[in-house]
Amino acid sequence: MRDVAIIGIGMNEKWGELWDKSIRTIFTEAALNAMDDCNVDHIDSMYIGCMSGGLFVGQEHLGSMLADNLGADFIPATRVESACASGGLAFRQAFMDVASGMSEIVLAGGVEKMLDVDGGAATYALSTAADQEYECFHGVTFPGLYAMIANAHMAKYGTTRKQLAHVSVKNHMNGSKNHRAQFPFKTTLEEVVNSVMVADPLTIMDCSPVTDGAAAVILCPLDLAKKKFANKPIIKVIGSGHATDSIALHDRKDLTWLSAVELSGKRALKMAGKKIADINVCEVHDCFTIAEICVTEALGIFEPGMGGPSVESGITNIGGKIPVNTSGGLKSKGHPVGATGIAQIIEITEQLRGISGDRQVNGAKVGMTQNMGGSGGSSVCHILEVN
Amino acid sequence: MGITARNWREYPQRYRLEAAKCSQCGKVFFPPRLICNQCKSRKFETIKLPGEGTVKTFTVIRVAPTNFIDEVPYAIGIIELLEGFSTMMQIADCDPEKISIGMKVKLEFRKIQSDGEAGVIMYGYKAVPVSE
Repeated sequence: MRDVAIIGIGMNEKWGELWDKSIRTIFTEAALNAMDDCNVDHIDSMYIGCMSGGLFVGQEHLGSMLADNLGADFIPATRVESACASGGLAFRQAFMDVASGMSEIVLAGGVEKMLDVDGGAATYALSTAADQEYECFHGVTFPGLYAMIANAHMAKYGTTRKQLAHVSVKNHMNGSKNHRAQFPFKTTLEEVVNSVMVADPLTIMDCSPVTDGAAAVILCPLDLAKKKFANKPIIKVIGSGHATDSIALHDRKDLTWLSAVELSGKRALKMAGKKIADINVCEVHDCFTIAEICVTEALGIFEPGMGGPSVESGITNIGGKIPVNTSGGLKSKGHPVGATGIAQIIEITEQLRGISGDRQVNGAKVGMTQNMGGSGGSSVCHILEVN
Repeated sequence: MGITARNWREYPQRYRLEAAKCSQCGKVFFPPRLICNQCKSRKFETIKLPGEGTVKTFTVIRVAPTNFIDEVPYAIGIIELLEGFSTMMQIADCDPEKISIGMKVKLEFRKIQSDGEAGVIMYGYKAVPVSE
């Protein structure tokens, strides 16, 4: 396998309600921004993470449409789906394409246009990431699934309502410094706890929003990056891990433990030759506040049951020992599901390049991303290091 | 939404609570599967799941999918029916505020949802509290 580097990154100017632009336009914007970031004039192939073009905008066959709109005529272009982990998985496919020697300059992108449909249709589209016949049939929603995880976690470990709120407060604080964030406002523990209840104990302020957005990065062999793209810090992809678990939450032995997250993290760390303690900054899948708590435990950043007390202590703040979700996370930055995994890679790349401004984690050399599908049925992790 | 076939083929599991028990290692699968993920055996016997269980976790849905909008708020939980075997269902006939983890419930045959205003009515199981 060849060593692989990230040379270009691009997103839309801001994520949110992009009513005036279609899925093809928002994707192409992000892709062109990534190509301009490294001044490449062509790409050899591309992978696009998208959970449900079909249900959100009635459009499948994105490989054809988006390669054409990018002016990348006739290249191999592949749409990748693993629910909310589609972006992370698209990045992994692009990484493998370059590492294997099959392609030289590869684009990994993600896109979701979620606000062209009403709330009920968006809820339905997202629910297809759960077991339709044995979970959704009974009327459960995604907030409902994570609420059940939260109640189980609270019963098992004594995690508190306030600790959940701390995740939202921290991520909105970080997002308030991110000009691309959909909801860049700050919030308080009281506001989070007293917001509209969605599925007990989770309020609307425990939930990530629905978002229009796209993101893209350009990968190439490390040798080529050193020769032709050395005008910016070179970011190496040193670890990639992917794992699956049962799609239905009720089929898991321990409802508080995300095995796919644990295994994808271990696989990525093993490939990288790193320990979790070597990670300086981390972007994880906080689709709901409880998710960030469970993920930080499953990755081994904290002991089981210590995710809540840890976020409360401030250890995951910017300036803390292990900053988590410096971008604002899915909660504040927005969660266009297919694009989220790529945006996580972009945040870590910017941190390692040292260009994160007010969000910069000083001295960050090694960073990690974790992107989750459904209630934990799939997870993809990557580890990046500045050369 | 044209989900009639998807509904009727699940009748044995939903109406009769039929599960598959691995003939080799004893693991129970609901709905039935073709291969056991624990021992990889492909031999199963059909068993009827018990009609009582305990609440492992639950929530109260206050923002519902389109088909369930008229039902809010409603409780839904993961119910352990056998040691190591659980599945999801609504918890009905009780004040959602009074549900707790560990609570004993029994399963009843109920209407779950309908396929739009003119489509088939879909039945299945819901949990109701066992009065002590």
